[in-house]
Amino acid sequence: MTDISASSFTPPTRFAVPGRIAVSNRAAAVWQTATLTEIRRETPHAATFRFAVPAWAGHLPGQHLMLRLTAEDGYAAQRHYSIASAPDDTGHIELTLDHVEGGEVSGWFHTVAKPGDEVEVRGPLSGFFAWPGDRPALLIGAGSGVVPLMAMVRHHRARELSVPLRLLVSARSPEELIYARELGAETTPVFTRSGPEGVAVGRMTAAHVAPVLSEPPPGGWEAYVCGSNAFAEHASRLLVEAGQPVDRIRIERFG
Amino acid sequence: MNVTRGFTGRDRVHNPGLPPGQYDAGEDWPVLSAEVTPDLAPADWTFRVDGLVERPRTWDWDEAHALPPSAYEGDIHCVTSWSKFGVRFGGVSLDAFLDVARPHGSATHAVAYSHTGYTTNLPLADLTGGRAWIAWEYDGEPLPAEHGGPARLLVPHLYFWKSAKWIAGLRLLDHDEPGFWEQNGYHARGNPWEEQRYSGD
Repeated sequence: MTDISASSFTPPTRFAVPGRIAVSNRAAAVWQTATLTEIRRETPHAATFRFAVPAWAGHLPGQHLMLRLTAEDGYAAQRHYSIASAPDDTGHIELTLDHVEGGEVSGWFHTVAKPGDEVEVRGPLSGFFAWPGDRPALLIGAGSGVVPLMAMVRHHRARELSVPLRLLVSARSPEELIYARELGAETTPVFTRSGPEGVAVGRMTAAHVAPVLSEPPPGGWEAYVCGSNAFAEHASRLLVEAGQPVDRIRIERFG
Repeated sequence: MNVTRGFTGRDRVHNPGLPPGQYDAGEDWPVLSAEVTPDLAPADWTFRVDGLVERPRTWDWDEAHALPPSAYEGDIHCVTSWSKFGVRFGGVSLDAFLDVARPHGSATHAVAYSHTGYTTNLPLADLTGGRAWIAWEYDGEPLPAEHGGPARLLVPHLYFWKSAKWIAGLRLLDHDEPGFWEQNGYHARGNPWEEQRYSGD
């Protein structure tokens, strides 16, 4: 007979990154009305949408929500979106959405939505990608993959945290770099198609990752990677090759 | 019902195969793993069944392939709202492994775990009766690593996070024990037809 422990089962394999926080299942189960209060253009393809959600339960940087739009015939479309804003007590949250080619939900936001419109949200969801601000964080994103990472950068600033934080962000060009005006000394941008005068253009490489990983803070980095699957595969391989432990790499892929 | 001003949505297609809240992803097959894709060769892959069974057993790649082949042709449904129609997986029915391991009558649930340490919990009844597979082929080709190759669990009648990639084993239990996403707020069973996405649904 194999021994069956009453305690929690731990697989004999190396454990994947554990969740960071306990999740409120009550908050996740309830649809709430979110009222659009402001739209801010970020890049030619991305805009930030600010919502009033008076009963919002609060979130941690890195968490996402589910958003639902409903047509008159009852047809509903729902999508997961990362929360862009840092947690605060304003009763507002922000999402930054790419205008996806043919996207029924992002298309509505970019062509129809205006302040005063109401949509429905439930969340926050999933503690896996959350960063409570407790550990040194190495953030790597591409395109709109920077959105949940920006919530972490904003949280770090708003709380004046001293724990180290670095952001490597890949964008096609300076014009396509979301939050460009807000990024500071913690950020290294990488431009894949065109960049400012004198700055090399191309894919993120080991040379971008090495300077951060060669001088790890006490306790090492917790790495958060967000972007397309192709980018996530590429960036996570760079991290592993540079010595980042596999079980300290958290990945959120679009889809 | 809270109608969204000016929202019409995509063209309505009557598709009785589409569970509530899902859309047809067409040719796309999004990858949503939360961990680094492992570099796992077939020669290093193993699959173990243990816990509340008469004969705990580990199969290697060749031993697993010696079991009778079985295929799944149908649909898969991801909790993030995409569904994919007419997929073809090849592998071995999980029944073939369980017939060898012989579950005890007291076994009611299982934790499936991956070579990465990912875990997910399932009622044993969802893993038997020709409804679950260990799959190593997709569309007649070796299953790509980012989709769980060399071999993944396939439980297509539940949301796809239950179909653990890089499957390493099943531990049979006499109780339910939440896995990775289930500890992160996802539903214990994940039936797409009842839209069991999150705990409390």
